Amino acid sequence: MTAMLNVKDLRAYYGQVQALHGLSFALNEGSLTTLLGANGAGKTTTLRAICNMVRSTGAIEFEGKPLSGRSTENVVRLGIAHVPQGRGTFTTMTVEENLQLGAITRTDRKNIVDDIERMYAHFPVLKERYTQQAGTLSGGEQQMLAVARALMLRPRLMLLDEPSFGLAPLIVRDLFKILGKINREDKVTILVVEQNAQLALELADQAYVIETGRIVMSGNAKEIANNEDIRKSYLGY
Amino acid sequence: MELFTNQVLAGIATGAIYACMALAVVMIYQAIDHLNFAQGEMAMFSTFLSWQMMQWGMPYWGAFVLTLALSFAGGILIERLLFKPLAKAPVLTNVAGFIALYGIINSFAGLIWDFTIKQYPTPFGSSPFLGSQLISTHQAGMIGVTVLLLILLFIFFQYTRIGLAMRAAAALPESARLVGINTSWMIALGWGMAAAIGSIAGMLIAPVVFLEPNMMLGVLIYGFAAAVLGGLTSPLGAVVGGFLVGVFENLAGTYIPGVGNELKLPIALALIITVLVFKPAGLFGRPIVKRV
Repeated sequence: MTAMLNVKDLRAYYGQVQALHGLSFALNEGSLTTLLGANGAGKTTTLRAICNMVRSTGAIEFEGKPLSGRSTENVVRLGIAHVPQGRGTFTTMTVEENLQLGAITRTDRKNIVDDIERMYAHFPVLKERYTQQAGTLSGGEQQMLAVARALMLRPRLMLLDEPSFGLAPLIVRDLFKILGKINREDKVTILVVEQNAQLALELADQAYVIETGRIVMSGNAKEIANNEDIRKSYLGY
Repeated sequence: MELFTNQVLAGIATGAIYACMALAVVMIYQAIDHLNFAQGEMAMFSTFLSWQMMQWGMPYWGAFVLTLALSFAGGILIERLLFKPLAKAPVLTNVAGFIALYGIINSFAGLIWDFTIKQYPTPFGSSPFLGSQLISTHQAGMIGVTVLLLILLFIFFQYTRIGLAMRAAAALPESARLVGINTSWMIALGWGMAAAIGSIAGMLIAPVVFLEPNMMLGVLIYGFAAAVLGGLTSPLGAVVGGFLVGVFENLAGTYIPGVGNELKLPIALALIITVLVFKPAGLFGRPIVKRV
């Protein structure tokens, strides 16, 4: 199997501060991978570096195309959807406008209408609220909207930054179930960054653990979940 | 009573122009978070362009449309050449840029067309509107064109994809980039539209204030007052603010003893200060909340 996303020797900087110290990893097409680590380990920075939202060096290739030198919007146009931390909801716009924005780069207008209906099928609560201002949704609903907005791109790869943040455990379970379904049925490759390691390992098939800007562990998600030493020393549960 | 109605209607007519200027100011403010001090001069220059075309024998509406197109292109050009490089510069650098632009356009207009005042034609005529003595056909035309412009802008922003993309880029640039919107070009587009809207204001007010390089100075201050009153983050507020300022200006000039024509401009400035002190977000604006 060839890697869909290949990251080699990634180093990222915020001003003078180096946040990533030579990170390398690969995502296989169709996989659901999780990137775990403590606060400040560099998980968010890794996602931001893929979309060129932070100054970085190293090589990132997506389906054989190098991403360096591309603007964020041009990375997105290759089919990489990024659900940022804090969800990035357009709070003053309606739910439906948020979904329309997800598909703003697409030219196949007829399919966009169908896709919005598909999103309403995935997330029925969004259909109930489609004329409502997105800022009035609850945190869980906004996270579903963020995932739906990302899917409206018809992405090949979806990057999610801590989707469980601030959500009740039951809602997180629902959300992760839907992510698994999207991965299997819509064939979207997913990379999810999480602090909630236990849940993320149940969901994912591959896992990487990072600490202070370096990959310290990688492998099959089930094996990592079953290895007590790793769990205790890196994942804290 | 007749005097009152007359002043209100005349206020609405000039208010239409202030609304256009305020709208242009708000469009750029939404895109780059700065007030464009040169907005009035850009409008003045556009108006001179249309005047020049008519001098060369072009009919009014031909010159009008061509000026709109040239102003749109000019606005984009100014953004690309001058303000895109300043995008990450501090506020004062931008302010200096705007003032420089103000000076450059003003001097160039004076150099090309000199500073003597010129007659500017109106396509609507200046006879009484519908036989009424209250309002002239030109004033009615000013209101009509402004209302039409507002409707078109509303449709553009509410029902077209590019309008939606522009709103998204103004509201949350980072999220907009993450759905693939080229926010840099959305800003340029905002500049182009602001320049075109300003040129409409210039061409409509020129028959009233006469054409000369400093004709937009007062109008721009009223436009700022309107934008601040309505809230700098709200296009609708800018328009409502424009009409309110126009009416307020006229009524104050008529009924407050000692104000007259000379003190009308300080009234606009007093209005700006009052609003900023008591309701900084304006009538329709979102209060700016920053996380600390």
